[in-house]
Amino acid sequence: MTPEFLIANITLFVLAIFLGFELITKVPATLHTPLMSGANAISGISIIGALIGSNVLYDGGNTELSGLLAFIAIVLAMINVVGGFAVTNRMLNMIAGKKRGGK
Amino acid sequence: MEDWVSVGYLISASLFIFGLKKLGHPRTAPYGNQLGALGMLVAVITTVLSMHLAGGAEWTLIVAGMIVGSSIGYWMAVKVEMTGMPELVALFNGFGGAASALVALSEVTKYINDASTLPTGLELTVTMVAAGLSALVGWMTLTGSLLAMYKLKGGIEVFGKWLRTPTWGPPWLNVVKVLLVMAVFVLIFMSIEDPTNINYLWGIIAISCLLGIILVLPIGGADMPVVVSLLNSLSGIAAAFTGFIIGNSVLIIAGSLVGASGLILTFIMCKAMNRTLPDVLFKSFGGSEKQSLTRTKVGSDAEEVAMMVDGAQKIIIVPGYGMAVSQCQHQVKEFADLLQEKFDTEVKYAIHPVAGRMPGHMNVLLAEANVPYEQLIEMDEINSEFSECDMAVVIGANDTCNPAARSGEGPLAGMPIIDADKARTVVIIKRSLSVGYAGVDNDLFYEDKTMMLFGDGKKMMNELNTAIKDL
Repeated sequence: MTPEFLIANITLFVLAIFLGFELITKVPATLHTPLMSGANAISGISIIGALIGSNVLYDGGNTELSGLLAFIAIVLAMINVVGGFAVTNRMLNMIAGKKRGGK
Repeated sequence: MEDWVSVGYLISASLFIFGLKKLGHPRTAPYGNQLGALGMLVAVITTVLSMHLAGGAEWTLIVAGMIVGSSIGYWMAVKVEMTGMPELVALFNGFGGAASALVALSEVTKYINDASTLPTGLELTVTMVAAGLSALVGWMTLTGSLLAMYKLKGGIEVFGKWLRTPTWGPPWLNVVKVLLVMAVFVLIFMSIEDPTNINYLWGIIAISCLLGIILVLPIGGADMPVVVSLLNSLSGIAAAFTGFIIGNSVLIIAGSLVGASGLILTFIMCKAMNRTLPDVLFKSFGGSEKQSLTRTKVGSDAEEVAMMVDGAQKIIIVPGYGMAVSQCQHQVKEFADLLQEKFDTEVKYAIHPVAGRMPGHMNVLLAEANVPYEQLIEMDEINSEFSECDMAVVIGANDTCNPAARSGEGPLAGMPIIDADKARTVVIIKRSLSVGYAGVDNDLFYEDKTMMLFGDGKKMMNELNTAIKDL
C-alpha cells in the first residue's frame, strides 16, 4: 500500500461523508423508517469484503478459521442486504398505497 | 485490481447515491430502494466475476452462504408484522455491523496464520488500525443492537419466565465507557507493534462487545429512536473501516454514506426532543425522579365521547407509543372511517417525530392500516390547525403533548410538542394518569375540556367505534 493509495481512500471516506450529509437534508417523517432500513441494507455492502475474504484458495493463505469467519460474514451480510431491501420495499409499497407483497 | 472491476464498483456506488437521494422523497422512495438493491447486485456480480476470472475459488462456501443468508433475510422480511419493525431494523443493523467486523477479523487471522503474507510498514499500520476500529464499531453495533432489540421487545423469555430488559446507568458508568475506549486504542497500538499476537484482537473484540452493552443499557424506552438511528449510522462506519483493510473503494463510499445519513436522522430525532446527542447517551433522563400524582380525574365512557364526536367538524388524532403497544392502528383507522362516513368529519393525524420507538414508527403503523399518506401531518405543519379543530383524540401519547414542555422548566423544557391542548375538546385514551417517560405530570389530563378514557387502546377504540355505530 502506497501513501498515495491511503490518501486516496481517506479522501473518498471524507468526501462520501460530506455527500451523505448533503443527500439527506429534509426527510418527511413518513420516510424515516424506510430511509433507515434502506440505508441499513446498503451497509450490508460488507458482503463484498466477505466474498473476497472467503476466496481463500485464490489468496493462497488458506486457513480454516478465516474461511469460517468469512462464511459467517457472508450469511450475516446477506440477511442484512436481502432482508433490509425486502422489508423496505414492503413498507414503501404500503406507504405508497400499492397492495403488492406483504399484507 | 483490473480496471473493469473499478468501473463496476463506481456504477454500484453511483446507484447507492441516487438510491439514497430518492429515498428521501415520498414519490420516488420505492424507486430509490430498488436503485439501492440494484447497486448491491452490481457490486456482488462484479466481485464474483473478478474472483471467477482470477481462478479457483471456494464456490461451495460462497454459494451456500449466500443462499442461506438470503433465505433467512427474505423470510424474516416477509414474515414480520409492522408492529415488530423496530426490533427487526435493530437486528438487521446488528448483523450488518457483525458482518463488517467478521470480515476484518477474517483478514487479520489470515495474516496471523501465515506470517509470510503479513504486510509491512505503512500497510501494516493501516491494516491494524482499520481492523481495530472496524472491530470496535462493528462488535459494539452487534451487542448494542441486540440489547436495543430486547429493550424494544420489553424483555426476554428464559425458561418460560419473562425477564424485563433492565435500564441501568449510574454516572460512574460514563467513566468506564471512556476507559474502555482508551483501552481499545492502546490495544490497537500494541497490535501494530506485535501483529502476529492475536490476543490483542480478541481483547479488542471483548471490550467492544461490552461497550455496546453499557452504551445502550442506560438508555430508556422513549430515547430508542435516537439509539436505533445511531446504531444504523455505526453499522455504516464499520463497513467503511473494513473497506480500508481490504482497500476497497465501494465499501468506503457506501459505508460513509450510510454513516452520514444515519447521523442526520439521529440529529433529527435529538432535535425533536430538544436534547443533544451527548445528553441522550451520557445523561440519565427522567426515570429516576418521577413526579408523584396528587390529582385525580374522573374517567369518561365511550358513549359520552361518541356523543361529543357527533357534531365535530374537524378531528385530529394524536397517536403515541400506546397505540403501538396495544396494536390498535386498525381500530383507529376504523374510527376515522366511521367519522367520515357518518358525520362527514374532517380527520387528520398529528405525528410527533419521536412518537414511538423508532424514527417514523407511527407512520409505518398507520400506513399498515391503510391510512392515506396525505392525512398524516407532521407536527410543525399541523400545530396551527388545533385552534380551529373541534376535538383532539390522543391515543397512548403523553410527553409529546404535555404543555409543561412550554414552561421552560423540568425535563421536558423546550421540547417541541403537539398542541393538542389548543383543541376545543380533548379525548385521551390511556391506561391511567401515570406519568410518561420524562416523569412529568401532564396538566392536559386535568383540564375541564379533557375527557379521559381509561383502558387499553384497542379495547377503548373498539368500545368507541361500537358507541358511534349505535348512535
